[in-house]
Amino acid sequence: MSQRNEILGRIREALRLEAHGPKHAGATGDGARTGATPREWLPVAPNDQEGMAEAFARNCVELRTQYSHVASPAELIRKLLELKNAEGWKLIASHRAPILSSILPSVGLPILLMENGPAIADIERADVGITVCDALIAQTGSILLTSRSAGGRALSVLPPHHVVVARESQLLPDLTAAFELLKKTYSDNYPSFITLITGPSRTGDIERILVLGAHGPRILTVVLLPDEKGGSTL
Amino acid sequence: MPSIFEDQFRSSASKLTGDLRHRSLIQKSLKGYEKSRDEKQARFQDWEAARLAAAETKWEAINHLDKYLSEFADNLTARGTKVFWASTAEDARNYMLNLALEKRARTIIKSKTMTSEEIHLNEALAKAGYDVVESDLGEFIVQLRGEVPYHLVFPAMHLTRDEISHLFHEKLGSPETDNPEELTMTARREMRIKYCKADIGISGANFAVAETGMISITENEGNARLTTSLPKIHVALLGIEKVLPKLGDLALFLPMLATAGTGQQLTCYNSMIGGPRQADELDGPEEFHVILLDNRRTQLLADAEQRDALHCIRCGACLNVCPIFRNVGGQSYGTTYQGPIGSVITPHLRGLPDWKHLSFASSLCGACTETCPVKIDLHHHLLQNRRNATALESSQLDRNSFRAFAFLVNHPGVFEVVAKVSRLLQPLHRLVAGSKIDPLLAWTATREAPIIAKESFRQYWKSQHK
Repeated sequence: MSQRNEILGRIREALRLEAHGPKHAGATGDGARTGATPREWLPVAPNDQEGMAEAFARNCVELRTQYSHVASPAELIRKLLELKNAEGWKLIASHRAPILSSILPSVGLPILLMENGPAIADIERADVGITVCDALIAQTGSILLTSRSAGGRALSVLPPHHVVVARESQLLPDLTAAFELLKKTYSDNYPSFITLITGPSRTGDIERILVLGAHGPRILTVVLLPDEKGGSTL
Repeated sequence: MPSIFEDQFRSSASKLTGDLRHRSLIQKSLKGYEKSRDEKQARFQDWEAARLAAAETKWEAINHLDKYLSEFADNLTARGTKVFWASTAEDARNYMLNLALEKRARTIIKSKTMTSEEIHLNEALAKAGYDVVESDLGEFIVQLRGEVPYHLVFPAMHLTRDEISHLFHEKLGSPETDNPEELTMTARREMRIKYCKADIGISGANFAVAETGMISITENEGNARLTTSLPKIHVALLGIEKVLPKLGDLALFLPMLATAGTGQQLTCYNSMIGGPRQADELDGPEEFHVILLDNRRTQLLADAEQRDALHCIRCGACLNVCPIFRNVGGQSYGTTYQGPIGSVITPHLRGLPDWKHLSFASSLCGACTETCPVKIDLHHHLLQNRRNATALESSQLDRNSFRAFAFLVNHPGVFEVVAKVSRLLQPLHRLVAGSKIDPLLAWTATREAPIIAKESFRQYWKSQHK
């Protein structure tokens, strides 16, 4: 505690001399900012369903995220079977979520459930990690997920392929909306881990040349499903 | 007397400025950066307004640092995080060493943190016998070479793929290749083994959110996510200036950091961590420690004139546009933080007498100030550092030269005579230019002396306005 008081004491002492504010009339210095939101300055984000889906898809192309918009859970199963055959999947890692438990058995592979507390080495052996998410962000092509919504921390980063299953109603226009959603959903008890995933893992550390799959998943797939009738969630 | 750091800087800088291979490598990578940065910046509806908002937000945070830092720490503690306040680099290192000892750790994995470079954490841990591995690809490469990072965002930008291939071949036994993808996969395989057995993961943080008690980490590779997820203990080391008031502030800062830092709309992973594994969660570290480091940041805070240097979000944009950085290279600085921001803050963090030379290694062109996403007045701070350095110690020769110069420009008659004489003498100077007896050797060693015009501007003006 004493170190804390020492540092805070030095800070208060240092702040006795006032600094010039940023060159802006709106700076009041008491945290009451001009009331404008980042929405007015950040890249434009569409607000309607169709526009959001379009913008998200466009960002996926740029980011090299594999994106498909399917019409039904049956089509989602077909998509997963396609991937299983193309990549030779043998083991799926996943977590409990209504939509996942209704479709994953049809893929016909052993499933490693995070709820059973598998060892790190076992998750690492899985060919794919399949999760749901909290939201998709049209403005940036990002996936918002948390340790509570998507089976913990390791599942979405350890296997070489990450498949995200999302509903159309989970599309959000922009980052501002994403942080509002986090607040609304979790404000009394935030998950210990929240992440925005924007494309498959990458690096440019060697001659600034883009390489995918540096430490995280080499492939990121997002499958967008229509909402269930009756409005139930994932 | 120049400090040893100044001597080092001078000798390394003059070597690298003449190295054409180095120059073309750096110019090429920065050209790519500029193109994507411009493209992403253009997508903003109003980049200037965004900069202003970011500057205001950081101003608010830094000028009420006591309040926000307490809020940040209290929120973290409430959810089971151990917060340690470190006044000095030594305090932070000792905390880490004691923790590693207490937990009987052997392998420690790190994701990129410049703050740990600042306190020389790797050396301390290695000396105590721990196996410390950098997981960021660029950091891993410079660690294998026994070097310090070249750039605070792109640590290995001074190396070619051939050099990296030789390095991996020699140190890891991998086959030689000129394919960056294969090289990356070699590092990935190497690191996966380490992740599975590491006892402690050490990370930095890009932001500290006071409102919710979370650190935010920005990265592309996924190594920070693995570092903060797999080991039983996660330690985050961050400077006290990282604070942002609200969670929603990230909606502005994450895209600005990505745009200015790497020319991306958003980096691949932006993760917010607010505690160890909670009761209802499936995995994650059992313990989460946050080390809040002062290490003379409060001294910079006390300098109201340059306090805004603490607004820095370490995007590295000022390095990328700096004509000095691009020629002398990052490692010449001999500092943790290179380029304009490093030249501004290092004299505060490590003492003006040893580091005052950095503020003279600037053309004062202002490109840094213009590009800074949080509007730090970098080139004026360099000027202020020069002023402070001169007040500390100025040479008799400098004082006399400036006195003579002041006399000259205040006496037009004398000025004209001196100009005329100089013009007459210049052909004689050409005979010795560049040789050892040239009084202007400091200039002529690498440049040609400008020719004094036949007619002064005053004479020209008079002849035109008769």
